[in-house]
Amino acid sequence: MLNNLKILFHQGKQYIPDITRAQVPGIFRGRPVISNEPVDENELMDLCPTNAILSGPLAIDLGKCIFCGECAFAFPGKIKFTTDYKIATNERRQLIIPEGQGQPIELNPMLIRKEIHQYFGGSLKLRQVSAGGDNSCELELNACSNVNFDMGRFGIDFVASPRHADGIVITGPITKNMALPLQICYDAIPQPKIIILAGTDAISGGIFEGGPAIDRSFLSKYIIDLYVPGNPIHPLTFINGVLDLIKKRH
Amino acid sequence: MNYISVRNNQTIPLSSIPEMDYPAFFELNVFTLLKSNTSHCVNYFGSPQPGQIRLTCCIGDDDLGLIHLSSCVVTAQQVLPSFSKHHLAYEKFERELHENFGIAYADHPWLKPVRFPFNAFDKNSSIAGYPFFKIDSEELHEVGVGPIHAGIIEPGHFRFICNGEQILHLEIQLGYQHRGIEALFVEKKKLLQRITLAESISGDAVAGHTVAFVNLWESLCGFQADKHLQWSRTLALELERIAICTGGLSGMCTDVAYQLGSAVFGRLRTPIINFFQTWCGNRLAKGLIRAGKTNFPFTPALKAGLNNVLNDFEKDFEEICEELFSLSSALARFEKTGVITQQLATTLGTVGMCARMSGVSRDIRSSHPHDLYWAFDHQPIIKHHGDVYSRAQIRKEEIRKSIRYIRKLLEEIPAERNDRSSLSSPGAGSFTISLVEGWRGEICHCAITGDNGELIYYKIKDPSFHNWLALAMAVRNNEISDFPISNKSFDLSYCGHDL
Ligand code: SF4
Repeated sequence: MLNNLKILFHQGKQYIPDITRAQVPGIFRGRPVISNEPVDENELMDLCPTNAILSGPLAIDLGKCIFCGECAFAFPGKIKFTTDYKIATNERRQLIIPEGQGQPIELNPMLIRKEIHQYFGGSLKLRQVSAGGDNSCELELNACSNVNFDMGRFGIDFVASPRHADGIVITGPITKNMALPLQICYDAIPQPKIIILAGTDAISGGIFEGGPAIDRSFLSKYIIDLYVPGNPIHPLTFINGVLDLIKKRH
Repeated sequence: MNYISVRNNQTIPLSSIPEMDYPAFFELNVFTLLKSNTSHCVNYFGSPQPGQIRLTCCIGDDDLGLIHLSSCVVTAQQVLPSFSKHHLAYEKFERELHENFGIAYADHPWLKPVRFPFNAFDKNSSIAGYPFFKIDSEELHEVGVGPIHAGIIEPGHFRFICNGEQILHLEIQLGYQHRGIEALFVEKKKLLQRITLAESISGDAVAGHTVAFVNLWESLCGFQADKHLQWSRTLALELERIAICTGGLSGMCTDVAYQLGSAVFGRLRTPIINFFQTWCGNRLAKGLIRAGKTNFPFTPALKAGLNNVLNDFEKDFEEICEELFSLSSALARFEKTGVITQQLATTLGTVGMCARMSGVSRDIRSSHPHDLYWAFDHQPIIKHHGDVYSRAQIRKEEIRKSIRYIRKLLEEIPAERNDRSSLSSPGAGSFTISLVEGWRGEICHCAITGDNGELIYYKIKDPSFHNWLALAMAVRNNEISDFPISNKSFDLSYCGHDL
């Protein structure tokens, strides 16, 4: 008993007090900023492994970007990744960052269904389904609930049964072999319910986009309530995105 | 000699791998090469040729530090005697050959689907139709779990046959995570795409699989990695080992309802993966390892930071370990739970932690060292009980040893080079095999290039491929309530298996 207290004491406070303003340590590849510097666009687009760099105007699609950072190394005057981890949004096109734009990424309040705040503003229970996820986003989603990030303090938890859940968090590009279990799980969640795509693989398929073992037809049937880019997602990106989705709108 | 012996990461002409008829191939790989238990199959696969399948068997020889390669060309219609009848360690490899190419085996003990790949030989097979083992009995009942599990964890289906609370039999059905990665390695032509794929094989073993890929690729291209690159890769592998093993101990505490241990080990993982972020911008080391270069040379500031991280980590880690490993309520759940005996481990051909927990000395860092592992003269950490407790102890000791190795690495950081030659293209008609001891165990990648040096075949083996069957065997006669702690203590990869 005394030993346990000693350990507790030595641990001190581990939680991040203000999750909306926390700084990430070291370098982190969050929201990119693209300058107007002229470059060889073809060369730039060609180096990207997932065709995340678009032309006319030049832009990076964070729904496809796997945050390898290679474009920024090759064209340091053109592309810089900032440590801004608040890159989740409910509008797919907001994930496309054009050159010369430095605004933060936000949720579009017009697109948030009104029942989301009404029902889930104080408590949101989520069922996670990994559908070909490589266990990196899964590790980070678990980390959201550890003593550092402590997402539970906001009433946001992951639950075991879809019947207890208010929504589904999908990771991975959605394999053919998981398409049916995913559908069954979604169907088992009572209405109203939300869908969150966590990680680049879930948002676009990432490096697996168009691959032979992938079946993304599930996604075309429903409205997506939140896109959380990352490879893997950072816990702070996820928690802030979800908070922005469910908090009271002014 | 009817086989060729190569070193880890040695590239040879594909044509130099001796080809023989099936009876000779069988004799060689079932009897001759596996005589001692310091040899085991590290990979066995089929690569398609027009109208035929070329089987290549790779036997790792721990005494000599070599890999013995041999091959045999067969057709899909042939009915063959199975290796598995004599060596169960081949069972999954032969099932894969059966599933991918339709090779029939006359006497395979368990010829069932492995992962229901998109390019399966039998176009009608579907993951919903897996043929589970059944028992007709009034007393016994079945418990089905998954594919979606209670926590945030990858999908797989577990089917138990129980007598009351006691597990008589467990069958594990995988394949839900199949993304067709091996085919994508060939299809995607850019090196950066292939590295991205390597980083996605198993997101909790990014360093392990990516080092396996870049070592293989550099060898194919005739590029000799300099000391700084090798140093960074070794450091990344040992950091990953610390991070994931610490997370594993947290999960094991969770599964025996020891909340303090769960919280403390869980938060101890954070500074380690945050160090990865400080170094390369990603908590799981994605982006860190590149073929022929590094984007993140190690600096004196990083060295100071890492020293501090390790010093702080060690204090708290030792304190919570002392508590956990003397806590009778936890130990009562760990000891004699989920046992794999040495004999069974040898029969099943387990690798990594799952071999070493049962008294089987198998560790690529000492048998087939790569990068800077030569410098450590690594001695594998061996336990003998093969239970959850042994798996917990191995994690604790692996972490301590990794800290020692990292401190040694930090004593002398080879200078980053700015005169590296760029990577050329791979040689034509070549074969390379790459082995890495990831935190889970032995990772094996193999590649074959065609007449123009283009990649025509890529084969990945995650250690989990060997070890899943061991989990199914370990829980026999356990209470079903002990399954979670057994499962967590094995901590096998679903996506690494399903590919
Ligand atoms: S960081 Fe993103 S946009 Fe840039 S090359 Fe990598 S995947 Fe493409």
